[in-house]
Amino acid sequence: MRFLIGIFCVLTSLLLVDCQQSGSITGVRDSVDYNLHIRPILSDRCFKCHGPDANQRKANLRLDTPEGALAALKDNPAAHAIVPGEPDQSEVFLRISTSDTSVLMPPPNSNLSLNAAEIALIEKWIEQGAKYKPHWAFIPPQKHPLPEVDESWPKNEIDYFILEKMEAAGLQPNAAADKERLLKRVSLDLTGLPPSPELQARFLADKSEDAYEKIVDELLAQPQYGEKMAVHWMDVARYADSHGYQDDGLRTMWPWRDWVIHAFNQNYAYDKFVTWQLAGDLLPNPTKEQLLATGFNRNHKITQEGGVIDEEYRIEYVTDRTNTFAKAFLALTFECAHCHDHKYDPISQKDYYRTFAFFNRVPEKGLLGDIQLASLADPPKIKITSEEVENILTFINKKDTTPVEVMVMKDTTWKRPTYVLVRGNYDAHGEVVDVGLPNAILPFDSTAFGNNRLALAKWLLHEKNPLTARVFVNRMWQELFGRGLVKTSGDFGMQGELPSHPELLDWLAVDFRENGWNIKRLMKQLVMSATYQQSSTISKKQREKDPDNILLSRSPRIRLSAEGVRDLALASSGLLVKEIGGPSMKVYQPKGIWESSTSGRGVLARYVQDHGDKLYRRGLYSFIKRTVPPPGMLIMDGSNRDQCEVKRGVTNTPLQALLLLNEPLMLEASRVLAERLMLGKSSEEEKIKKAFLLIVCRGSKSEELSLLTAYYKSEKEKFQQSPEKAKKFIEAGEYPHQEIKDTVSLAALMQVIQTIYNMDEAITKT
Amino acid sequence: MSKEFIDHRKHVTRRHFLGKLSLGLGSAALGSLLIPDLFSKSESSLATLGLPHFAPKAKRIIYLFQNGAPSQLESFDYKPLLNKMAGQELPASIRMGQRLTGMTSGQSKFPLVGSYFKFNQYGKSGAWVSELFPNIAKVVDDICFIKTMHTEAINHDPALTFMQTGAQQGNRPSMGSWLSYGLGSENKNLPAFCVLLSRGRGNGQGVYSKLWTNGFLDSVHQGVQFSSSEERVLYLKDPEGRDRTDRRNMLDQLSKLNDLNYKEFGDPEIQARVQQYEMAYRMQTAVPELTDLSKEPDNIIKMYGADCLVPGTYAANCLLARKLSEAGVRFVQLYHQGWDQHGNMVGEMPLQAQDTDRSTAALIMDLKQRGLLDETLVIWGTEFGRTNYCQGDLSKDNYGRDHHPRCYTMWMAGGGVKAGTTYGETDEFGYNIVRDPVHVNDFHATVLHLMGLNHEQLTYKHLGRYYRLTDVAGNVVPGLIA
Repeated sequence: MRFLIGIFCVLTSLLLVDCQQSGSITGVRDSVDYNLHIRPILSDRCFKCHGPDANQRKANLRLDTPEGALAALKDNPAAHAIVPGEPDQSEVFLRISTSDTSVLMPPPNSNLSLNAAEIALIEKWIEQGAKYKPHWAFIPPQKHPLPEVDESWPKNEIDYFILEKMEAAGLQPNAAADKERLLKRVSLDLTGLPPSPELQARFLADKSEDAYEKIVDELLAQPQYGEKMAVHWMDVARYADSHGYQDDGLRTMWPWRDWVIHAFNQNYAYDKFVTWQLAGDLLPNPTKEQLLATGFNRNHKITQEGGVIDEEYRIEYVTDRTNTFAKAFLALTFECAHCHDHKYDPISQKDYYRTFAFFNRVPEKGLLGDIQLASLADPPKIKITSEEVENILTFINKKDTTPVEVMVMKDTTWKRPTYVLVRGNYDAHGEVVDVGLPNAILPFDSTAFGNNRLALAKWLLHEKNPLTARVFVNRMWQELFGRGLVKTSGDFGMQGELPSHPELLDWLAVDFRENGWNIKRLMKQLVMSATYQQSSTISKKQREKDPDNILLSRSPRIRLSAEGVRDLALASSGLLVKEIGGPSMKVYQPKGIWESSTSGRGVLARYVQDHGDKLYRRGLYSFIKRTVPPPGMLIMDGSNRDQCEVKRGVTNTPLQALLLLNEPLMLEASRVLAERLMLGKSSEEEKIKKAFLLIVCRGSKSEELSLLTAYYKSEKEKFQQSPEKAKKFIEAGEYPHQEIKDTVSLAALMQVIQTIYNMDEAITKT
Repeated sequence: MSKEFIDHRKHVTRRHFLGKLSLGLGSAALGSLLIPDLFSKSESSLATLGLPHFAPKAKRIIYLFQNGAPSQLESFDYKPLLNKMAGQELPASIRMGQRLTGMTSGQSKFPLVGSYFKFNQYGKSGAWVSELFPNIAKVVDDICFIKTMHTEAINHDPALTFMQTGAQQGNRPSMGSWLSYGLGSENKNLPAFCVLLSRGRGNGQGVYSKLWTNGFLDSVHQGVQFSSSEERVLYLKDPEGRDRTDRRNMLDQLSKLNDLNYKEFGDPEIQARVQQYEMAYRMQTAVPELTDLSKEPDNIIKMYGADCLVPGTYAANCLLARKLSEAGVRFVQLYHQGWDQHGNMVGEMPLQAQDTDRSTAALIMDLKQRGLLDETLVIWGTEFGRTNYCQGDLSKDNYGRDHHPRCYTMWMAGGGVKAGTTYGETDEFGYNIVRDPVHVNDFHATVLHLMGLNHEQLTYKHLGRYYRLTDVAGNVVPGLIA
């Protein structure tokens, strides 16, 4: 019984809600819905052989369209796969429910199977007329009216949709979070930094009704907002400071990254933000800034390995752009159609290469010249001079006088023919295709849109495009709540999960588009909701009814990202250098990591650590050598920037514990904060209280404080017995030391602070 | 049973357990309670997940990766015809339009060249081994040679990535990560997948951490790189001025603080974090104990060669690999660089062989004398082979060879493989396969099979499809299995 429920709950998140409601789902529901209940089963177990991929289709039968499923069977015209209302005459039902393994579907050797509950659902669906519906994600979103709920809780529209599902499941929202924790949460979410003590004090003292809103506006206006937003976009754009592949030489794309920060801070509308990145070079009289934005499509890896076949890699880059376009903006797995028709989604291989054609006109080579001789940028590129930085591109943090070269997009004047590549092989040319996009999403009309990347952007941002707005609001939701309304934020196709709150997703998507694709407005809308402002405590009931917090009856607790942990340590200790942009920094890194794996060629063969201010810049500025990314990034689930990533994992591992316990920066932050506090005249207890406030961003409870004070005393005694250990401990880091005579107390305080940094709550958005 | 379901079940079990923990057990016990099963999957919890799929022949793998492509023609694939025909053009009937790398595609001539080094037959099995590998020659009866490996890539990066992740491009999990995911670790104090690097004296091509990436699997399945420095695992060392007692004391305080937090929030992840800190603490003791080679007896040092006391050498890594494997690490991956002999084969190949031959053989003998060879699969492999024709200038005393994907030699020992045999055959020119080809996917399928896993069932659903190490191909090769 539990077993069956278990299987079922995986199917869709909505089913989870349903099965919690009824308490049991083995009894088949009254009304079966194709999109909610049937398609997930058919897609996962049947479409591989009876779906959109014409070449792999078995028995010439397709079950993904009603035409296919209701037609007479090709090899037995007297029979039909599905006869609406008549499961016993439907081959589909007979074949999935038979005990004869020679005709059973799915065939046993496929390693796929249907369980009794799934078979019963399909039976019921056929009984009820086997009604097909288009895939939810391909129907343009519409604003649904707000559900009727208890009006006392909602603060904005979001809450109506959230509360409706909660009420239906018999859950109530948590109380609002306390002000300190709410402030930490919203500050981390909007700026990636903990709130300053000044901000904390001001917010706590402000008893006015719009105190929170004022803080939200203030945070959105800080330049650190752009930095926080850029981190996710750098994952999406697979940004790195090296070319990737074998020799992995240096590249200079950081001016593009500076532009992203600038664009978020200037609150460029999403349509402009995207158009410039996809097609800035094709706009009339493009500005340098618009050209720079197109660096998005040059962030992919480029090989420098002598002896590669040029065309093989050129094709690889166009492939990367095509796949990135689909994943980043449409949340579709186009890459499946690189070698054959997509097995689940209506994307033919021809569609794939039609999309590919948009990106196939770049005057580029597969092999970036010899690493020893090559420039940092591969053509096409633009040169940005100091003069331009002074006058126009003021957001670029360029200090030296030599111009900087950045890779950008450009179309050749001649049209390179695009072929369908048979089985995806670069040298197996099939038919020639022109630009185009899958009809199932939105027909691409080249007379209306045009036939280049600008046309692609227009299609993408067209009001009838069902995906673009949904995909972006879902990802912003994911950034704040840890899990998207569609959990598979990179796959809105048939194999993706269904939205947990479809009407809310649609409402937000339409609202976002109708309000000028205004990103700051969207972020504000999300954090102003009562849903966002709840406390994150978990009751026994919540844990039992909704362990994954799909219904959001509490605020999620989420561990800080790789960059977030670093930024917390820097900001709370006072080490943070708030400079924005510029070349990436080589921060502390264990010795020999680059050296032990390099080919020995190029300037990145050896790691030359930076010093001074450069050690204390935010995490997004850490240098990313793609073949050997910073180890802390990998340990903390950061992207290795190999490909477009729209979602990071959140794991909990012993290596993370070791990193937080022993990484030099974490120790240095503890030392520097301890020194700062030692310079003040406050009591020991007050010092601990202050450190706690800075790191955990709330006042310490008496139990916590007495525990930490007792710990401080015992550590102090220990250090008194061996003062040389204290001296060694407080050596941590390169940051200049303060003159503090009482090294024993300093070491004990540093130890206490280090402990606070390792608290779960310190590194968790609570 | 679908993997998705297994994941869910695991998840439920873990939540369930933690839920129970919080309700039933005193919080004071948290600091010392060990529940590795739920995080690192021990044998007992595996049974409930239905893994392995069938009885494994091997429990652990040591993969000696020779990075850069050591020439099969100077090591194990003896082709006397090449010596006879030295200097003559490679017949077009043999080349059959095979694509060439950019490094030799501009050459006007493709003169054949035979091995500069002599070959002899060894052991009961009579395996041919070149004079460069006198120690491996002594253990050929424990080895199953595969002469007919072939791959699709002709350049290092994609070929290496293909060998290790089953795909030339893309961010796919490495072999070791798949095994960690499928089988977990036998030792709760050590990672399931460890990586050891060494540099050779020949032309090298570098390795990349994407080769031991977890890809879309949880980062707990990432290969953990052991370095040759004092700190064997990154961030393992306690800070200066702090010792184990201090750390223990700190973790006790930390655990109390976290427990207060747990009481307020009821989030099982808090308890999970406490457990991770405990495991980290145990690793800090376990790893230095294990990596301390100084206590190895003299006869072992002699066996592996004096180099094994120099951290970061291939010999030291072989010895360390044995110790890690013996301690239950599921997958130990070595990379030894420097095997890319486009030129100066005669100068470089002997140096590379010298650095690896003795300790490779020692590892096999050592495992054998400990009774571990039967359950440990040792793999000696690389990313592709080398051409039978000369790259660059062919002189009487020297030559080079370009990349060759159509055939290359790998070998396996122990862990259920057919010892003392040779599988597959290449033509007299050492250019094409004439019998029993083994594709990279087949190799992966076979290795998983030896570990008790069905390569078609070890799947992970990611972005809409079920991924496998073998992608959509691969067949187990029965001829390799004892």
